[in-house]
Amino acid sequence: MSAQTYSVSRDSQSAKVAAVLGVIVLIVLIAAPWWAGRADMRLMGEMFLYLSLACLWNLMAGYAGLVSVGQQAYVGFGGYMLFALTMFAGLPPLVAIVGAGVLGALISIPVAALIFRLRGAYFAIGTWVMAEVFRLSFAQVSSLGGGSGSSLPVGIVRSLAGSRSARESLAYWMALGAAVVVIAAVYLFLRSRRGLALTAIRDNELAAASLGIDVWRIKFVVYVVTGGLTAMLGALIFLQKLRISPDAAFSVNDWTAFVIFIVVIGGIGTLEGPIIGTLVFFALRETLADLGTIYLIVLGFVAIVVMLKAPRGVWGFVRERYDIQLFPLAYHVQKKPKTDK
Amino acid sequence: MDWVNAIVQGVLLGGLYALFAAGLSLIFGVMRLVNIAHGDFIVLSAYLGLTVITSTGMHPLLALIIVVPTMAAIGYFLQRGILNQTLGDDILPPLLVTFGLSVILQNLFLASYSADPQKMDAGALETASVSFAGLSLGILPLLTFGIAIVVIASLQYMFFCTSLGRAFRAVSDNQDIAQLMGLNKRHMFGLAMGIALGVTAIAGILLGIRTSFDPTAGSARLIFGFEAVIIGGLGNLWGTLAGGIILGVAQTIGAKIDPGWQLLSGHIAFLIVLAIRPQGLFPRVSG
Repeated sequence: MSAQTYSVSRDSQSAKVAAVLGVIVLIVLIAAPWWAGRADMRLMGEMFLYLSLACLWNLMAGYAGLVSVGQQAYVGFGGYMLFALTMFAGLPPLVAIVGAGVLGALISIPVAALIFRLRGAYFAIGTWVMAEVFRLSFAQVSSLGGGSGSSLPVGIVRSLAGSRSARESLAYWMALGAAVVVIAAVYLFLRSRRGLALTAIRDNELAAASLGIDVWRIKFVVYVVTGGLTAMLGALIFLQKLRISPDAAFSVNDWTAFVIFIVVIGGIGTLEGPIIGTLVFFALRETLADLGTIYLIVLGFVAIVVMLKAPRGVWGFVRERYDIQLFPLAYHVQKKPKTDK
Repeated sequence: MDWVNAIVQGVLLGGLYALFAAGLSLIFGVMRLVNIAHGDFIVLSAYLGLTVITSTGMHPLLALIIVVPTMAAIGYFLQRGILNQTLGDDILPPLLVTFGLSVILQNLFLASYSADPQKMDAGALETASVSFAGLSLGILPLLTFGIAIVVIASLQYMFFCTSLGRAFRAVSDNQDIAQLMGLNKRHMFGLAMGIALGVTAIAGILLGIRTSFDPTAGSARLIFGFEAVIIGGLGNLWGTLAGGIILGVAQTIGAKIDPGWQLLSGHIAFLIVLAIRPQGLFPRVSG
């Protein structure tokens, strides 16, 4: 009599199919400058940046339990650092983007040390206070335009690439690259030892702590990494906008509310959620944006209804129903084919 | 003398901040709910007050008779209809649902009252002042401060000396056992939110008389209220008043140094308290 053997693995058929499809889609997207129009490329670039922001917010809120409504602090900080590093330190824009990320991670360390003293929902409002402090502080810096902001000098923009279409392609590729880097980073982080600890914290913080996981430390690392990457995205966003002002850079609607809606609608606590959410969000925006304020009211309603009726979002619903995953993260028990021994 | 004046004005401003904070503190105390839309409800009260006084010609303070019960009713039904469903161990649903509410409210204001700043006209009350020991004190700030003390004293009395307050404390301590003792926690939470928004209505009207407001004015008010709560210490209403005063004084002193520093110095005072005494200055003694 041979016993049925089982194995535990992360692999699944759907993940393999998704990986192949993902590579094909990526190749098609890389080639976009040759097949897409200028407006489409702009829209897609924006989608990639929102996707990246959403992935990072999801890593914090969905996995580490750090619900922040103040990520605009890092978007704005990154944007301002791009301007400061290129205009005053004379760094080329691409170096300045990386520099903005490093500085963002550095500044997030003291910020985390302070606001980690607040629990749960109070943490959320604490992050908002921080974003306000950033906004008000940058509004005081007169060399960066103070409250009215400033524009990126033409010379710096020209240094990126000679022609306008080359610049647009470059901006598009950078946005795509950012999305790939962020998704890959989050994916690899979740597959790592720390990611396992993080998933344990997501499922039950108390149980995770009792197993010897240093919850504070893991959360701290997630916050700092997210802060750095968000600042980098902020630099990219304002490299495309070419103009920065405190109100635009630290806008809670643009950089946090929309991002939260994307994650909530797509499915919080999953890697697939932000991707689905971004597609849904932009589909809604492109069809309803003409309605102005009505569009935001609708968006708010959709988010509330999703949160009340399907708190795991669109992807959570799909996963429960069909048991598929696109990123091989969850473990499954699988039957092994019988072997005669 | 200028500095003394700045401090006194800051103390009076603190009364308004304590009113912003009292509702926030109450609902956190009873049901551990943090309402991100709290500031927008303050602004909603101000807009309701504006509608009432423009349609009836009432004095803004008289409009409280209509706005307070309206806001209390909104609070009760909001809690029973939506927010009760979000309560549980997970902090995410209440946070995100109230965040969604905040976006909805702000855009409703924008759609119905336009983006222009509005203000309530309170006639002579706005500019009346009394002189005291060489200082000129506005009647409105004094009145606001007085109202803040009365409101906080009443809330304190309600909480510790009435059967309603006992019921609130019971559901706050243990929802399930309170339920077994015959309290309907859904109803109690509804009442708590009703009272919180009633207080918010007072804050909103006083805000609308004092300064102009626009659809996005709520988030700053939420932050001021939140800072007052944290500075004072969670769960302590008189502490919240002290927190509001500290915040108000920090802001007026900051503004005295440089107008651009008004809000920033308030936030910095909050961060200093957070760094030195994260539990707040006067945390509730018993758990």
